[in-house]
Amino acid sequence: MLKCRALWQKLAPLARASSTLCRHNVKRKGLRCDNMVTVFPKAQMSSGAPGSGGDNLMYILFVGAACLGGGIYTYRSLSEDKKRYQNRLAEINSREQKFPKQPLVTQQTESTAESVQETSEGPKPALQSEPIAVTEQPPVPSVESSEHVPVAEVTTTVSAEPMSTSAAESAAAMEAPVDALPEIPAHAPYLLIGGGTASFAAARSIRARDPGARVLIVSDESDLPYMRPPLSKELWFSDDPNVTDTLRFKQWNGKERSIYFQPPSFYVSPQELPRVENGGVAVLTGKKVVHVDVRGNKVRLNDDSEISYDKCLVATGGTPRNLQVIERAGEEVQKRTTLFRKIEDFRSLEKISREVKSVTIIGGGFLGSELACAMGRRSNESSLEVIQIFPEKGNMGKVLPEYLSNWTTEKVTKEGVNVMTEAVVKNVSYQDGKVVIKLKDGRVVKTDHIVAAVGLEPNVELAKSAGLEVDSDFGGYRVNAELQARANIWVAGDAACFYDIRLGRRRVEHHDHAVVSGRLAGENMTGANKPYWHQSMFWSDLGPDVGYEAIGIVDSSLPTVGVFAKATAKDTPKAATEQSGTGIRSESETEAVASSEVTPVAAAPREPQQGEEYGKGVIFYLRDKVVVGIILWNVFNRMPIARKIIKDGEEHADLNEVAKLFNIHED
Amino acid sequence: MSYCRQEGKDRVIFVTKEDHEAPSNAELIADDPNDPYEDHGLILPSGEINWNCPCLGGMASGPCGEQFKSAFSCFHYSTEEVKGSDCVDKFRSMQECMQRYPELYPQEDESAPQGGDETPSTDPLAHIQDSDQGSASAPEAVLASEDMSSTDHSATS
Repeated sequence: MLKCRALWQKLAPLARASSTLCRHNVKRKGLRCDNMVTVFPKAQMSSGAPGSGGDNLMYILFVGAACLGGGIYTYRSLSEDKKRYQNRLAEINSREQKFPKQPLVTQQTESTAESVQETSEGPKPALQSEPIAVTEQPPVPSVESSEHVPVAEVTTTVSAEPMSTSAAESAAAMEAPVDALPEIPAHAPYLLIGGGTASFAAARSIRARDPGARVLIVSDESDLPYMRPPLSKELWFSDDPNVTDTLRFKQWNGKERSIYFQPPSFYVSPQELPRVENGGVAVLTGKKVVHVDVRGNKVRLNDDSEISYDKCLVATGGTPRNLQVIERAGEEVQKRTTLFRKIEDFRSLEKISREVKSVTIIGGGFLGSELACAMGRRSNESSLEVIQIFPEKGNMGKVLPEYLSNWTTEKVTKEGVNVMTEAVVKNVSYQDGKVVIKLKDGRVVKTDHIVAAVGLEPNVELAKSAGLEVDSDFGGYRVNAELQARANIWVAGDAACFYDIRLGRRRVEHHDHAVVSGRLAGENMTGANKPYWHQSMFWSDLGPDVGYEAIGIVDSSLPTVGVFAKATAKDTPKAATEQSGTGIRSESETEAVASSEVTPVAAAPREPQQGEEYGKGVIFYLRDKVVVGIILWNVFNRMPIARKIIKDGEEHADLNEVAKLFNIHED
Repeated sequence: MSYCRQEGKDRVIFVTKEDHEAPSNAELIADDPNDPYEDHGLILPSGEINWNCPCLGGMASGPCGEQFKSAFSCFHYSTEEVKGSDCVDKFRSMQECMQRYPELYPQEDESAPQGGDETPSTDPLAHIQDSDQGSASAPEAVLASEDMSSTDHSATS
């Protein structure tokens, strides 16, 4: 722009000078026309005007006028372009730095006829949307500027037309009646499949980063997004008799909250989503996505309606696995079996636990052990018998090293659970009003109800229609480090088998991972292109006296190094939450500063006695001498240090030195 | 006296307080403040506000998200003597929006147990009610622990 101007400025006097010169010359020559004829008879190559001086003059004038006209034309179009360019820059800058009260108008008026203006208020899903375009505009400014533009320019009149028509459309749209809108919107800029933790985290992230974003969550459950951990922990410890209705739990410090991430008033209705000012998050419950058309950027629901999208997230989670012996056992047994995952499962199990005399939990992992402890505590008040059977040697046998797993099993037993280890189920049947479980080693368990907690099968039904790759080692959709599966499709949460730059390809089924990956997917859907980097953590409480937090790959088949100190009464999950003044441990872990109180622990320099050995400490999981996982055993508010050690990925010669960083003796 | 034991592939060390008194000689790699991968806190290295910070909870993403962002940005970039005193209008419009969603943004005088969202959101409102000036401590009150997850959002260093 500036170069052109400078050039023109240089040319203008030159042009003027040359035209003046021409005119002067012509005048002089015109007066001596005879001379002209005689002086230049043979100068055929000259481009002097043929014929008389009058013709010459006309020619000069004509050329001069044409040059001048062209110059004026060029000057005006350049200056208009420059003005428009500067306006656009200013708009982009002001949009990034500040969020002015007046909604902004973004215009794309290219000199080609391709300009498309998005009117997100109108029910016109056919218009293409730009991810950054903020277009809550009243039609007035767009009309004003469209008048600006076609002052003299040929090129922009073409683009002015679609603008004014779309302005008219949006004006008309504002008067369009609400009832005309379909219940399910035909288009959602951000479509999230699945209504769980990962989906909600992504929705929040998208809304934070893309102002006015319209996010549609499609869930096959009838509930709004909620968090799962309290279903097997806090909700069971609640004193409230209505807890199954309210789903609120009281924490140690008395602070109550609901398991729902947000109350219903947070969300907009799917019907309103395309029109609502400032966008929002809408949840379509009770609908399942059955087909994804990746090339056409649209999905089909189980009721045959279609929704097109710009960016899509697959956060379908998983379905609890069942034992084959139970599936073959017949209807009477299946009626008395719970596969625990959702709110309805919690409600039904809670009711059953008050009615039956004996409950058996099959599975010794996180869910099985937590449910066993929760129901075991209830058995102290009622006459409920709680049995837990699993093939490993101890609770959390696949996670904790053997010595710790044994110790944990003792604790679970103290909570009132009859733990049967090394138990493989051979056969299940229903006889004489009781469910009979026969184990391979001959033992028989007679119970009223079974809870199967034997793992999670990721929901990958959409893989075929969407052409998404499924991982054969870990299950789930295979995605890259940025959680992207294909163009415009991301996957997060339990269903995502992703590439962790630090720890390798893995699939994680924990709450915090769902939050972290959901948030990351949301960021990447709004253009961030960040890989999975912030390591997620997980935690478990086995009763009020045993709790641990873990991060990274925590697999008992890896070699471990554990550093322990003697625990005092202050080192329990209950004490940790009381001290930090928060409810779930999940909240206390976000405190930036570790808890401040330091109480001296009188540690005697003697060999630990039996039964008090593993009070609190740190366990490092090693892979090729590098720490890939850490468990903080009854030691809280130190997750940042653990995260840092894993992020570094260094080989440490003496892990006792690393353990010093955690200050395990202090609170 | 620390005491060590080997159980198969697992090693167990018991340490006393005295054993751990000497500072650690384990080396940690220094954090790069400009690491593009790292999650940043509330303020990005460029000086801008990270609306996706877990510390803000759902404030920037809810129905009053736009008003909140506008008010908080104004406060953040305010260069007045009393920081944020030129942002009263924006805080007021944010307050008005929040009053339309009492379930989400519970008012301070409610003694009943709070709903699913942040309690600290009541603090900026209380300050606005008390004085006519934009509250300088409002944004600090807003910075609360994440209400939905156990993630450590703070940068480690």
